[in-house]
Amino acid sequence: MKFRLSRTHIPLLATSAVFALFYTGASFRYDGFFSWTVFVNLLHDNAFLGFVAIGMTFVILAGGIDLSVGAVVGFTSTFVARLIAHQLHPLPAILIALVIGTGFGAGMGALIRFTALPPFLVTLAGMFFMRGLGFAVSLETIPIKHPFYEAISEFSLRVFPVTAILFLSVVGAAIYLAHYTRFGRAIYAIGGSEPSAALMGLPVSRTKIGLYALSGLCAALGGVTYTFYTSSGNALAGTMLELDAIAAVVIGGTLLSGGVGYVFGTLIGVLILGVIQTIITFQGTWNSWWTKIAIGVLLLAFILLQRFLQSSAGRGGSGVANPAMARNMPVIRP
Amino acid sequence: MSERLSRLMPARLRQLIWPLMALAALLLFNGLFTDGFARVTIRDGHAYGSLVDILKLSSRVMLVSLGMTLVIATAGVDLSVGAVVAIAGSVAARLIVQQQIGLPMALAATSGLCLVLGAWNGTLVGWLGVQPIVATLILMVAGRGIAQLLAGGQIITVESSGFSFIAGGYFLGLPFPVTMVALMLLLTVALTRGTALGLFIEAVGNNETAALFAGVNPCAVKMFAYAFTGLCSGMAGIIEASDIKAADANNAGLYLELDVILAVVIGGTPLNGGRFDLAGSLVGALIIQTLTTTIKMRGVPVEYTLVVKAVVVLVICLAQSPELRKLLLQRRASA
Repeated sequence: MKFRLSRTHIPLLATSAVFALFYTGASFRYDGFFSWTVFVNLLHDNAFLGFVAIGMTFVILAGGIDLSVGAVVGFTSTFVARLIAHQLHPLPAILIALVIGTGFGAGMGALIRFTALPPFLVTLAGMFFMRGLGFAVSLETIPIKHPFYEAISEFSLRVFPVTAILFLSVVGAAIYLAHYTRFGRAIYAIGGSEPSAALMGLPVSRTKIGLYALSGLCAALGGVTYTFYTSSGNALAGTMLELDAIAAVVIGGTLLSGGVGYVFGTLIGVLILGVIQTIITFQGTWNSWWTKIAIGVLLLAFILLQRFLQSSAGRGGSGVANPAMARNMPVIRP
Repeated sequence: MSERLSRLMPARLRQLIWPLMALAALLLFNGLFTDGFARVTIRDGHAYGSLVDILKLSSRVMLVSLGMTLVIATAGVDLSVGAVVAIAGSVAARLIVQQQIGLPMALAATSGLCLVLGAWNGTLVGWLGVQPIVATLILMVAGRGIAQLLAGGQIITVESSGFSFIAGGYFLGLPFPVTMVALMLLLTVALTRGTALGLFIEAVGNNETAALFAGVNPCAVKMFAYAFTGLCSGMAGIIEASDIKAADANNAGLYLELDVILAVVIGGTPLNGGRFDLAGSLVGALIIQTLTTTIKMRGVPVEYTLVVKAVVVLVICLAQSPELRKLLLQRRASA
């Protein structure tokens, strides 16, 4: 198969270029930036954001949004810590947490599908719910002390710690899922136009529920990673994480209107957010609020780039040139 | 005129009936089962009591929900209101404390800046055609950073009797923020129902293409809605800073956007645009605050507050979902 550069690849290339620019720029400016340690730490420190962002990519590709992910991270981390504090072995504790996250996501997906409430609203209620459940589990940070946890946290393959390995393998699995399976194709179709997907006979209900379940699973995985990372659980973990995740997805070139984007772009988006953070740490004299401003400026730049590409594609081109038109199409259900 | 009214009233009432019933149910529950809830005492000509507290505490959400209603009616959404609240607090505090500018000028400058911030959102959404969620996400992320930058990473305390009057003072026996809400409601109603602006907003929200062909300028209409929301958020930010006599860039207006959007949706304005209901949004804001106050007064442990809120909000939204009603009716018909 011959590789052709299409319009949808341009945001991806731009994102990669920005990442390369930031990384090389910082490498010249700061001693010790261009090293394995820094790069591996980039993966290690941003793994839990990465999981959440990958789940979010699927949801956004289908034209939805999931605001509950940060709260799921917080809940999962306290829940796992609490179970371990109650003498449960970490492995079943993690499994239970992952099942809860998946089930919760599936529940939200079903609500969104069958009541036609906007995803924004349902996942917002889900966010309050999960944050509340996290507080109900514990209001304080619970430390995790278990030999199994220490073994896992210290385990590494050559230079890669376990979180980085897990992150990279999840990225690989997500790329496979998005581009080489029926589920992935159905997601793109639903994001392009839900009525068309339904008319084509694609399993819209199953796919939508599945994809929110997937987002819940990814968020729960993020929460588990958080416990590995900090050796503790905290109900406040992941506050505002959903924003960073959405930012990473958008910077990665995925259109929020759905149907256009790549999982690989999200990986780069996450790494860009990580690099900004690392640069600010290396600089030392800059304040953390510059991170937020920098992310805002980057978001603006990428959104304008996408707008430019869309409008140069002409009317009726790729994406939804006029959202009002798409919205007013009758929704036909099988 | 009266004939027109009688024709309009039932429809308007029908729209408002669900939120009003929810509010009435909450108030009734409290009046019957929560001790001292309905008691309003008057001391020195000022009213005190839970009901007055609810009015005062919900004033920020009510103010912003006026603007948000218009934005949502144009089929948009503004996520940046919380960040604008933080910026407004920082700017007002800095102008008053560090620049020693007089109170009226400082407030006017702050409101003007927030109007500009809203107009920035309006430019992105209206003229550049960026999706509202993304366009306002930029200011939501960057805005809090800007607020911290303006405040120099500190909490600026404001010692000014005039400034603290805004949130703490009383006018006609009621907390002053209530007066601000009333004035802004009058202004909004005059603008949207007294002129054709409301019709234009609904036209753009219903079908932008059709509105464009009918001679409405969607860009200008959206610009107005977002700029107006910026102004409302700025006023809410001033109230919040005045309430704690300080500008806290980290926590001011945190999660305000969520409460406001919930208030608007509970009030019966659909998220996909079109018809809007300002009174409904205010009722929605009151429902949210009454719920929060109820949870506190009933002695529900703090940790369950959010769970209860989530469940109630979901139930209210489900009750309003026509799809769910249809689904249930189908079940009953087939059974």
